Parts: sequence; structure tokens; C-alpha cells
Amino acid sequence: MRNLVQLLVNSLAAGGNYALAAIGYALVYSILKYVNFSHGSVAMVGAYLILGLTSSWLKLNLIFAFVVSVLLSAFLGVIIERIAYRPLRQRRVSTLAPLVTAVAVSFILEAVVTIVWGVDIRGYGLPVVRGWRVGPARVTTVQAIIIASGVSLMLCLHFLLTRTRLGKAIRAVSDNRELAQTLGLDVDKIISSVFAIGSALAAVAGGLVGLDTFVYPTMGFMITIKAFAAVALGGLGNVYGAIVGGFIIGLLENVGVWYVLGGDARWKESIAYAVLFLVLLLRPAGIFGSRQGTRVL
Amino acid sequence: MLSLLMLQHLLVIAVIYSILSISLNMAVGVTGLFNMGHAAFFGIGAYTAAILSLAGTPFWLDMLAAVCMCGLVAALIGLPTLRLVADYLAVATMGLGEIARAVFKNWTSLTGGTMGLRGIPQASLFGLTFISTARFLGLSVACLLVVYAVAEGLLHSPFGRVLKSIREDEIAAQSCGKDTYWFKMWALVISAGMAGVAGSLYVHYINFIDPTSFTMWITFFLLLIIMVGGLGNNLGAVLASVMFVAVREGLRFIGLPTSIGAPLQQLILGVLLLLVTILAPQGLIPERKIIARQTDHAKGQ
Repeated sequence: MRNLVQLLVNSLAAGGNYALAAIGYALVYSILKYVNFSHGSVAMVGAYLILGLTSSWLKLNLIFAFVVSVLLSAFLGVIIERIAYRPLRQRRVSTLAPLVTAVAVSFILEAVVTIVWGVDIRGYGLPVVRGWRVGPARVTTVQAIIIASGVSLMLCLHFLLTRTRLGKAIRAVSDNRELAQTLGLDVDKIISSVFAIGSALAAVAGGLVGLDTFVYPTMGFMITIKAFAAVALGGLGNVYGAIVGGFIIGLLENVGVWYVLGGDARWKESIAYAVLFLVLLLRPAGIFGSRQGTRVL
Repeated sequence: MLSLLMLQHLLVIAVIYSILSISLNMAVGVTGLFNMGHAAFFGIGAYTAAILSLAGTPFWLDMLAAVCMCGLVAALIGLPTLRLVADYLAVATMGLGEIARAVFKNWTSLTGGTMGLRGIPQASLFGLTFISTARFLGLSVACLLVVYAVAEGLLHSPFGRVLKSIREDEIAAQSCGKDTYWFKMWALVISAGMAGVAGSLYVHYINFIDPTSFTMWITFFLLLIIMVGGLGNNLGAVLASVMFVAVREGLRFIGLPTSIGAPLQQLILGVLLLLVTILAPQGLIPERKIIARQTDHAKGQ
């Protein structure tokens, strides 16, 4: 019983992280109807930026580093959209081309990070802070941070999407791009802001992963797969579904691995892949996706 | 500076990559199936050949087994995923590629885990053992010619034309009555089988196998090759393979420490792929478009 509560806490933290990463993914998909492969790589860059800012001569305070990294990553996201996706959007090319450029961008980012910071696993090297006991379980400080920031960011996003003009514009473009354009909305700018928001969230997710464990150059792909699994599970293009999907995967990874696989952590990573596969096999529209809305087949 | 042996070695590698790129072309270039997990087929073929060969199987049989195994796995993978649209297919295959690699790494009793398998016997055919690089080069070129002939033959056949139509507009192809699912399945199976050929050649050349040779980076490299060579253009794929293997080795020769050299190479090739895709989305040497064909009726006039 005690184990279960601890596992649930772990699931919340892990799930919160995946949910954060997944939101950015879902946002971009809802706008562009297109899977952004480089999303996880942006998260990785965010994580490494924090590493660089806290450990180099700058020695920035962690919170400050997070903020700077988020801003820079948002900027990076906008640049990526400009360079790698917009030129293709304006020409009618096959669905293959944007996927290829996204993959190319991921590899470029991974290469740059490796050149600057090396190929080894790095940690943030911060002093270990004691956590708290919540009932029978122990919550580490980092887990608390993840859960807290995850929830607050999601609330902020909800507020953005439902109460602001930008949010309304985003929803309009995601619903019907051409119509929104005829109504005078600057679609390019809105797409850029979606990328900025998504990348910012990705950077937070990446930074939290780095905080919780460590950073390494290939973490981008891991994040991409997990985010995509969460989004597919929740229903492609549905931001709230992505959040639910993220938490479910977090749950499966922690509780599932413990009870089903006897706690063999080596297969923990494969859970996300397995989920993805099952979702695509059995219910490609995801939990909340509408069957007609998603052109899966 | 460049010894004959070195040259032969590079050519063998180039030939193996040529076979791999032709195989990827079958799926991606011709049919438009974005298979991001292609390296897994290479790996499955390689491991199959390695394990069987270590158990005493003759070369031609383990190559055949590798091809069949790859085809089988492709069919299994294709069953659920080929119904999906490009984006989903890409991520699903990427995930499957990583699962395959996890299996290579973790199923230690079968695959030797991260340590891999060593001492794989040399290839021998009709009593001739291919120990020297020069001889192996001959063997691999022979395999390449066979694979190339098969690929080109299929490409220019009615089967190939349907595959290309699927790439261009699957719904249109379906409306012409073609069972696209069946065609896509075959394309994937053939693509995987060819990768299996490359896999078994690879293990008999290197005589060693470990999971690090089958990462997504390989798939990426192959993707770059077929983009530069032109999607669906098999000759272009071969030429681009030779070129890129040469470039890769050349970059290695510059003498940078591997810690910088490897990611730098990745960076350069990544930028190259980005540029090629944005500037020439169909590859640098696109297929000749058949705009119109003179009919006898028109000629008569």
C-alpha cells in the first residue's frame, strides 16, 4: 500500500513532465495538422541551456536560468519554424518534406549540443535538498517543483487559450486556417506564437527532466517519443487530451512497471513505445479525439 | 596516403550503404512510406545472419534467413502501421526502431547485449572463402548488382507504377481500384528484405556485431543519401552513397578528435539534409515527369 502511494507520487511527477512536453506538441499539431519532430530537441536544448547557464562562468541562479532558457528556447522555436517549416508550407510539397526537415533539425540541434557540451551525461550539480513526507510517501523537492510548475503552467495555458485574444486567434486558426485568414488574422504571426509557446513549454519540460535526473544529447528523441505517445493517447491536436495522456503514461511507467514487469526498469523506456503502438493499433483517434477529425487512415 | 586496402575497405562500406539506400528508396522514395526505423531492419538482418552463422549455418543460408526474417518482421510491423498517415507512420516506425534496438541491447542471451557477438565466421560460397577485402568487395558488388536489378525491375513494372502512384496521391490510387494496403505491405517487405541482404553482408565483413551500429543516425544518413540522390532514383542512391561514404571518411581524416569530429559531421550532414529538402523537396535528381506521351493516333497526324 505504501509502495502504491509512492508510485502514485512518482507517476504524478513523471506524468506532469510528459504532459508539459506533450502540450507544446499538441498545440503545434492543432494549428498545423503536422507532427513536429524537433519538439523534443528543443526541450533538450532548453535543458542544456540551463546547464550552461548554471555551471559556466555565469553561475546564474536556477530560477533565473530557467527563465532565460525558456525565453531563448521560445526564440529558437520561432526560428526553426521560419527556416525549416514555413518555406515548405508556402509550397505544396508532399507530407514527406516537413518530416524530413524536422528530423534534420533534430539532428542539427543534437550535434550542436554535443559539440558544445560533449557527449557525456551531465547533471546540474546542484546541492541535494531534502524533500517532504506526504502521508506514507516521500516527495522530493524536484518532484514537488515539477508537479507545481506543471499544474500552474497548464492553468496559465488554459487561461491563455480561453481568455485572451491571442488564445482565441489560436483556436480560430486551428479550427479553420483559411477562414481565419479571410477574417484578417495574421496566420503567420499566430503560427510563430504557437511555436514560441510550445517551445517554451518544451524547454521547461526539458529543464525539469534535467533537474530530476540528468541531461544527455539523445534525450531529445526520448522526449519526442513520449510526448507523441501522450498526444496520440489523448487525441491528436487536443491539448487537454495531451495532458491526460501524459499523466497516463507516467502512471503506466511507474505503477505498470512495478506491478506488471516486476520492476524491471530496463523496459521502462519501452512502455511509451508500447503505448504508442497500441494506441495506433486499436484506437488511433486517441481517447478524446474525434474519429472524423483526425485523418489517421 | 590512401592505400589500396583502404580504398577497397571504403568501397565495401559504400556498397553496403548502396544496398541499404536502395532498400530505403523502395519504401520512402518510391512508395512514400516514411520509415524512420529502417536501421532496425538492417539490424535484424545482421543479427539473424550473425546468430545463425555462429551456429554453423553456411553463408548463403544465413543471408536467405536474414532476408526472410526481415520480411517477416516488416509484415508484422506493417500490419498495424500501414493504415496510418505519414506523420503517424514516421513516429510509429521510429518507436519500433528504438524497440528493436532495446531488444538488441537487452536480450543478452541471444544477442550478446551491449557486448555484441564476435568471431562471426567468414563468408564462403562454392568453396571460395571471402577473407581478403578485395574478394569481399567482389562478393558485395555482386549482391549490389542483384539488388539493383531487382529494384529497378520492380520500379519499372506495373507494380512499381502503383507504388509511385501511392506516393503521389494514395486516395487517387485507391479510386482506381488498387488495394494500396497490399501494395504498401509488399513495398515494406521488399525494402526490409533488401536491408537484410546488407545486414548479412555487413556481419560477414566486420565479423562482429553490436547494437551501436543500428541507431537512428544510420536511418538519417540513408535518408540524406536518397534525398541527395533523388527519391526513387536508385542509380542516384548508389552514387550518393559512394559520395557520402567518401565525405564521411574524409571528415575523419581531417584529424579532429572524435569528440568534435563525430558531432561536427552530424551537424554538416544535418544542415545539408535541411538545405536539400527545402530547396529540392523531391531530391536533387528528381524523376523525369511523364508529361505527355505521344499516342499512335497523334503520331499518325
